[in-house]
Amino acid sequence: MFCQECQQRPATVHFTQIINNKKTELHLCSECARKHQELAFTFNFEPTFSINKFFAGLLDSPLFQVQPVSAPECPNCLLNLRRFAETGRFGCSRCYRSFGDSLTPLFRRVQGTTQHTGKVPKRAGGKLSIKREIEKLKAELHQAVQEEAYEKAAELRDRIRALEDKLQ
Amino acid sequence: MSIADTLNNPYTKWMEGKGPYASIVISSRVRLARNLTDYPFPHLQDEETGRKILELGRKAVMSQEMEAQVGKMDFVEMEALSPLDRLFLVEKHLISPQLAAEEGPPRGLALSEDEAVSIMFNEEDHLRLQVIYPALQLEEAWELASKVDDILENSLDFAFDEQYGYLSCCPTNVGTGLRSSVMMHLPALAMTRMANKLFMELSKLGFVVRGMYGEGTEARGNLFQISNQITLGPSEEEIIANLAQVSRQVIEQEEMAREKMRKEGLAQLEDMVFRSYGILSNAYIISSEEAMAHLSNVRLGVDLGLLRDVQLQKLNELLVETRPAYIRKIAGKDIDAFNRDFKRAEIIRKSLAKI
Repeated sequence: MFCQECQQRPATVHFTQIINNKKTELHLCSECARKHQELAFTFNFEPTFSINKFFAGLLDSPLFQVQPVSAPECPNCLLNLRRFAETGRFGCSRCYRSFGDSLTPLFRRVQGTTQHTGKVPKRAGGKLSIKREIEKLKAELHQAVQEEAYEKAAELRDRIRALEDKLQ
Repeated sequence: MSIADTLNNPYTKWMEGKGPYASIVISSRVRLARNLTDYPFPHLQDEETGRKILELGRKAVMSQEMEAQVGKMDFVEMEALSPLDRLFLVEKHLISPQLAAEEGPPRGLALSEDEAVSIMFNEEDHLRLQVIYPALQLEEAWELASKVDDILENSLDFAFDEQYGYLSCCPTNVGTGLRSSVMMHLPALAMTRMANKLFMELSKLGFVVRGMYGEGTEARGNLFQISNQITLGPSEEEIIANLAQVSRQVIEQEEMAREKMRKEGLAQLEDMVFRSYGILSNAYIISSEEAMAHLSNVRLGVDLGLLRDVQLQKLNELLVETRPAYIRKIAGKDIDAFNRDFKRAEIIRKSLAKI
């Protein structure tokens, strides 16, 4: 097996990380592994671990492909992606959209996923909470069908339809 | 109780010493990170924006709805508090060190009368809402935090994204913005050297274990803080339920380790507990480190029923009363290290004698 980073030397160092039941594996040669030493793998154990170095490391890694020249800038607070990577802190709420897809690998690394499933503010989320409710009911419907609880399934189906009408 | 009262009283709600597993779990805390749409985050703010955030926050907190549903809140700008008073609030676990720092943007604090709810303004995020309860009461703490969050949301425009959830200054807080933690006293696991192994396992499951005063602090007095690392992906209820479940497992392990110690070395255990009790009740000079170690032994003695007359609440209060800021507060600011150790010993002696 070759090193995932340089694709040249054989991989001798193997990292496994499990976050949210999602397994991430990384196979590196000893040289690239040294460059990675500040990465996530010491995250939980090392109290002197620096979050900033962690982001800076991500930026320099081919896993997080950003060209400094084309680094996007947030039009609201004027923070650019490179500066973000140096400090590990966004400038304002709009940065999330301004930096767009460049952030996906970062969130994969830090959080394991990129989709929020929790609380939704009432004001912002009228439609969103309906969508979530529909998803929840659909899962229940699936369960009901599997259990052959058809009466319950019919009731759930009607509730889903009613909510879908609301969304229109 | 107003913030002025808070600053004169070491006691606060989480020290109650009552509730589920109170003998092992000292406190449960949930913290929500919230930001206002489009305003620059504190580290990029100018003074004017900072003031604006405080003003918006103050209004939201002092609303009639808040008073009716949660209770009266008091609001103070951090500038109005002396550095010593700020440090004292950190020691009481009501604010973070970052909010107490001397340098930084304009910051503010809102506190509920029972001190269970504290809202920090312009810390790393525009808002940090904390609820801290005694014993293992994570669900209860989350319920209250969510309720306060709902009320704040009526007058504040919280930054939210369909994909990323609540938007935070640091990517490690995005999504739910929820950091939940439990403070546990785990002497038997620490003494039988099982703690480190257990903590390694916990970290694999996405939990972080730290000392009592958070990031980078060691676990003095066998006090450990366990919290969730991931904030994006699982729902708030899942995060809370996971931490509660893991906490119960740790409690079970600690109880097993205690039982083992009791079976295999009751005499040594009694010797350790009463020796520590003797030192704390009689010493005239004691360092913070020594005090924490003996307080841990005494607490274990209370839990095991060896020491019957000491209340958990007293021991919880001593966790704060033996810290530097409190001692400086009651002894005058310029107390040196020697006199601090002297004063500390006096506080402990009196506290244990009052019983």
